[in-house]
Amino acid sequence: MSLSSKHLLGLRNTPREDIELIIDTAKTFREVLERPIKKVPTLTGKTVVNLFFENSTRTRISFELAQKRLSADTINFSTSTSSTKKGETFKDTIKNIEAMKIDMIVVRHQSAGVPDFLTRISNANIINAGDGRHEHPTQALLDFFSIEEKLGKLSGKNVCIVGDVSHSRVALSNIFGLQTLGANVSVCGPATMIPRNIEKLGVKIYQKVEDAIRRNDVLNVLRIQLEREAGGGIPNVNEYHKYFGITSERLEKYNPEIVILHPGPINRGVEITSEVADGPYQLILEQVTNGVAIRMAILYLLGTHPN
Amino acid sequence: MKYLLKNLQIIDPTLHINQISDIIIENGIIKKIAENINPSDDVKTIEFEKTICTLGFFDMHVHLREPGYEQAETIKTGSDAAAEGGFTAIACMPNTNPTIDTSEVVESILKKSENHIVNVFPIGAVTKGRKGESLSPIYEMHESGAVGFSDDGVAVKTANMVKLALEYSKLIGTPLIEHCEDESLFGGSINEGTISTELGLPPIPSVAEELTIARDILLAQYTQGKLHIAHISTKNSVDLVRNAKAKGLNVTAEVTPHHFSLTENSLRSYDTNYKMNPPLRTEEDVEAIIEGLIDGTIDVIASDHAPHAQEDKEVEFVQAPNGIIGLETEVGLALSELYNKKKLSIEQIIEKLAINPRQILNIEIPQIKIGNKAEFTFLIPDKIWAVNLSQSKSKSKNSPFDKKLLTGKAIGIFNNSKLYLNGEYV
Repeated sequence: MSLSSKHLLGLRNTPREDIELIIDTAKTFREVLERPIKKVPTLTGKTVVNLFFENSTRTRISFELAQKRLSADTINFSTSTSSTKKGETFKDTIKNIEAMKIDMIVVRHQSAGVPDFLTRISNANIINAGDGRHEHPTQALLDFFSIEEKLGKLSGKNVCIVGDVSHSRVALSNIFGLQTLGANVSVCGPATMIPRNIEKLGVKIYQKVEDAIRRNDVLNVLRIQLEREAGGGIPNVNEYHKYFGITSERLEKYNPEIVILHPGPINRGVEITSEVADGPYQLILEQVTNGVAIRMAILYLLGTHPN
Repeated sequence: MKYLLKNLQIIDPTLHINQISDIIIENGIIKKIAENINPSDDVKTIEFEKTICTLGFFDMHVHLREPGYEQAETIKTGSDAAAEGGFTAIACMPNTNPTIDTSEVVESILKKSENHIVNVFPIGAVTKGRKGESLSPIYEMHESGAVGFSDDGVAVKTANMVKLALEYSKLIGTPLIEHCEDESLFGGSINEGTISTELGLPPIPSVAEELTIARDILLAQYTQGKLHIAHISTKNSVDLVRNAKAKGLNVTAEVTPHHFSLTENSLRSYDTNYKMNPPLRTEEDVEAIIEGLIDGTIDVIASDHAPHAQEDKEVEFVQAPNGIIGLETEVGLALSELYNKKKLSIEQIIEKLAINPRQILNIEIPQIKIGNKAEFTFLIPDKIWAVNLSQSKSKSKNSPFDKKLLTGKAIGIFNNSKLYLNGEYV
């Protein structure tokens, strides 16, 4: 079995069979992660470059660990400024790195579409680790893995994404992938944080968080980026917390069965209270462990891809 | 030099002419228009087939990039592209470096464009440095040859400065050409809507354009000034201009070929050749624009020819500059999408590409009659051809239309005593 594409750019055009294959493969690797010796020789001799043009700790460590567990050679390239500003074009940077004979590129970039652009200028397998506000497919896949572990198959489940959907790459990958798997997807947040025409993607909008809690099996709670206040999307974080914060009181009152996901890092006391973040509803640390397994699965499937 | 051009369908809507004739041109002047003129030894004779000869086309919205950005285009290469695209004259925008905001820059552009088959008419900046703070020397630049005024690339910053520009330019009768876009609503890369949501690209709301058009129309009404809206792109914008015209205001509008032939759906590839400002809009907007072209709300087709060097355009989508080259595909797109799809008659095409731009800029129309300067565009409206960017005369190749099949082509021009036909001077 192999994936239909040699890249993982996003979940918008990823078929159901591919998503299921990645999750099934991740289950195997999850077992590897529980062994005393957590390393397999699958990608020995393959070189993976982690190109991070934007700050990231968790995603980068997760990818790096997944690569090491698979015995790949790993190079890290991190810069918070685009190379364009240093006088070299992005294309030249990539061409130079590729000339060093590498096999796969994991890329995080502040601009949407950069992974697509990379496929046009590079022959390596490209894995999107987050591009602008576009997609973050590995995060969404680990979310699906975690939900299915807890609740069984996603088909027919109701999942709501709460928070700043407009500026979230996690939201878009979740929407596309969940729909492919047959789940019902909704979003919840003030209209300033909901992108225009999202309902045309088949997504329901909840204005009130209480309704979202009541009507869903899972809430995927997005981080409220504190700097967004300046953009005017919300008056301040206290007001956001008051009306949209995920609290134990709300969960107990409206849906004690609900499952809470959060892609991290958490702003405790803003989008979610500590009580919820550390409590029985959440799968947050489970998501982090599953993230390594999902990334191992993707690296393995693309690294051994026939094309 | 004496030319005999045989078997042309001569169309001049201003004189209500549509007839098959031969033409004799001597030293650039029309000497004779008649049927079956016999060739003689001292005359260069060209036999045409199924070819329309009409008023030389005029593109009133071109970025020539010189001075300052010669790596993307020069006055020479841009003029060559205009000739290839079937234009005898173009007006060039002032967002150069230095800005066209003094008569010295106007004169230097005119000097550099001398002796070319294509005439270049500079458009001056409305405000000094296009900063929106104080008027540039409009009168003086007009005397040096500037035919209109614009801060194109951005809208004139404040309502007060628009008011002053509309009032002051009454002295010379030139239009204020506005790039309409509210600064506070701007900052995105593509039209706000389903596609921007799906692609996660920062959005530009259509209302950013419409608000500024509404502002400027109200100011044109208040001052009774002369306003031309550049590259209109939304349904509401078309409605605003239609209402202004119904009130009898001196308001005109133009559209680019990409805004009547492409929609935001093309952006799914993240190809920066589809990144423009105003951005590509929805199907509904395109329909409204074609409706506006049909009913005369939109007066002019203009390319917004915006060359960018490959290294500047081949970057991350958000970082890429806006705009595409358009001079060589404009007539083909107009004939394919509007004439051959039976939206506009050939006379309407000629109005929007030759007559109306000159009327707006107060430039004499080169009517096809004996004794006048010969300034023609030659068209084969049913010629099927494929765009080939590698053959483009422009110094830049940023266009989404490479390899596209078009029906209808400008095969050449006659101007300034020169004949350019099928890619060469004859």
